[in-house]
Amino acid sequence: MKHLIPEFEQWKRRYPAGFEGSLTIPCLRRIQEDRGYIADSDITELVEYLGISRIQVDEAIVFYTQFTRKPLGTHHLQVCHNVSCSMRGAEGLIAHLGAKLGIGPGQTTTDGRFTLTTVECLASCGTAPMMMVGDAYHENLTPASVDALLEELAQ
Amino acid sequence: MTDAVDTAVPLSGTKFFMNFPITATSHSLADYKARGGYQALEKALREMQPAEVTKEVSASGLLGHGGAAFPAGRKWGVVKLTDGEPHYVCMNADEGEPGTFKDRWLLEHVPHLCLEGLIIGSYALQGRHAFIYIRGEFDLSHRRMSDAIEEAYEAGLLGENILGTGYSCDVVLYRGAGSYVCGEASAMLASLEGKKGWPRNRPPRLTVKGLYQKPTVVNNVETLANVPVIISRGAMEFKKVGTPKSPGTQMISISGHIARPGVYEVEYGYPWQKFIFEDCGGMQGGAALKCIIPGGVSTKLLSAKEIEPLTLDHNSALAGGSQLGSGGMIAIAEGTCMVRLAQVIQRFYHHESCGQCTPCREGMGWMERILNRIVAGGGRPEDIDRLYQISTANDGTTICSLGDSAGYACSAILDHYREEFEYYITHKRSMYDGRLVVDDPFAGALSTAEARA
Repeated sequence: MKHLIPEFEQWKRRYPAGFEGSLTIPCLRRIQEDRGYIADSDITELVEYLGISRIQVDEAIVFYTQFTRKPLGTHHLQVCHNVSCSMRGAEGLIAHLGAKLGIGPGQTTTDGRFTLTTVECLASCGTAPMMMVGDAYHENLTPASVDALLEELAQ
Repeated sequence: MTDAVDTAVPLSGTKFFMNFPITATSHSLADYKARGGYQALEKALREMQPAEVTKEVSASGLLGHGGAAFPAGRKWGVVKLTDGEPHYVCMNADEGEPGTFKDRWLLEHVPHLCLEGLIIGSYALQGRHAFIYIRGEFDLSHRRMSDAIEEAYEAGLLGENILGTGYSCDVVLYRGAGSYVCGEASAMLASLEGKKGWPRNRPPRLTVKGLYQKPTVVNNVETLANVPVIISRGAMEFKKVGTPKSPGTQMISISGHIARPGVYEVEYGYPWQKFIFEDCGGMQGGAALKCIIPGGVSTKLLSAKEIEPLTLDHNSALAGGSQLGSGGMIAIAEGTCMVRLAQVIQRFYHHESCGQCTPCREGMGWMERILNRIVAGGGRPEDIDRLYQISTANDGTTICSLGDSAGYACSAILDHYREEFEYYITHKRSMYDGRLVVDDPFAGALSTAEARA
């Protein structure tokens, strides 16, 4: 994590004094973006850098669903299965992805390329069914658009 | 890859937000200024005292757009400008109430308008720092807002000595990391302090002790986006739009079995049926309307018959037995299995309960498990009463209002469609074949058929 400190220092400039603890979540996000997950050493170094308690960092990692302590597949497919998406075919979408990739929700393909996760409302209800791949929203999905996307990602 | 929520179907009535053509640059500072942007900030900073700004917002009757419809000016008015404390304004952009995606439209298409409202609000409360808490999953919204902030700094609209007026304000754009409960204001502030997002008891109110124990106003994106409109037009002109008790407009996001889902801006007081059947094109494939979840899943559903006499404003929705909430409307067609729908909703509440209060943490899990049992064909006659009991046990026994309302959706479904539950329990199968989808894009997919077999 230490190589990210200059970046963290830049962020600090816009915060009021005494807000060091507030950087916990932005720093964790950046660490995960950098490494793909949050490692033990990251936690130790972040605690030391921000001067906060270890439990605050541990609790944040467990509480927020976007944080992970384990590496995920290269492509993280997060399918919304909340109300509006369910009403527009999310169950079929999940089954389709499962059949194509040979995994169920919560699993990663053996080649480490894809992780499939089901998530709750991503505020894309008007363009359901949808999924998030990495940071990008893919909306109004159909079997054809999903197949094309998987092919593109597999390359 | 989809770039943005792109629906904007013209409706009759005044438009504060959806009144310009969306282009590749319409969200930029240059385009926003060409549409008259930041003139309200100039007016506020140069011609108005901070207290006058709050007075104007109070006089406009602006109601909060996050779901609770609390008068915005009254919230601001609690903060004492002379208390010698730092004051903070925080924009709540943690849009996560299922069915709601209108703030996303505002963040993606009018980020500068939202930002201008935040700066004016911060000036009114004499805040030196303001915050935007945006949900972690919002990528395009985050990029658009991040760009808008940098453009505003470059143009002297943020930072030291804004527009040479002597007022200074920094804005921190803060990204969440996945948590429904952080949309609740006190949970949001805990999260902004870098902690897990646990709501806390009031009093003291957040406007008395908020972020780092300092007076803090948390306002929804749409609420703040209304502020430049009010300052530009004046409170009296603003009040001419909408109804006397719900002045202005409401951004409504509609989804589910509707022919034309998307984001619409309606003047308060607009006939509900006209909105559904004319503006939104009625239901998918001409199906009949069964019921509507009016303002996010935490609001009680209304049957097709119940919405007939209603108009889209807070008083009318209340009179009908529900709320407009966050404007996240879900239209449900005849033939939909309400037992399975309740199961999907309850899974959500169980997943998102923050775990702090026993009735919500345990109760939502119990409700989900009971519903899973019914759907699996193992329902017991006493299950219906038990679902009622658990959902009402939450009301008033949890710290936050999200916990309060976590059982509302299910009890409203039971109130309206009890016979579907009784049928499912007696016959061990759904009255409507467990149907959730009207037109399933994946119905024909070979792999889907294989996976389901």
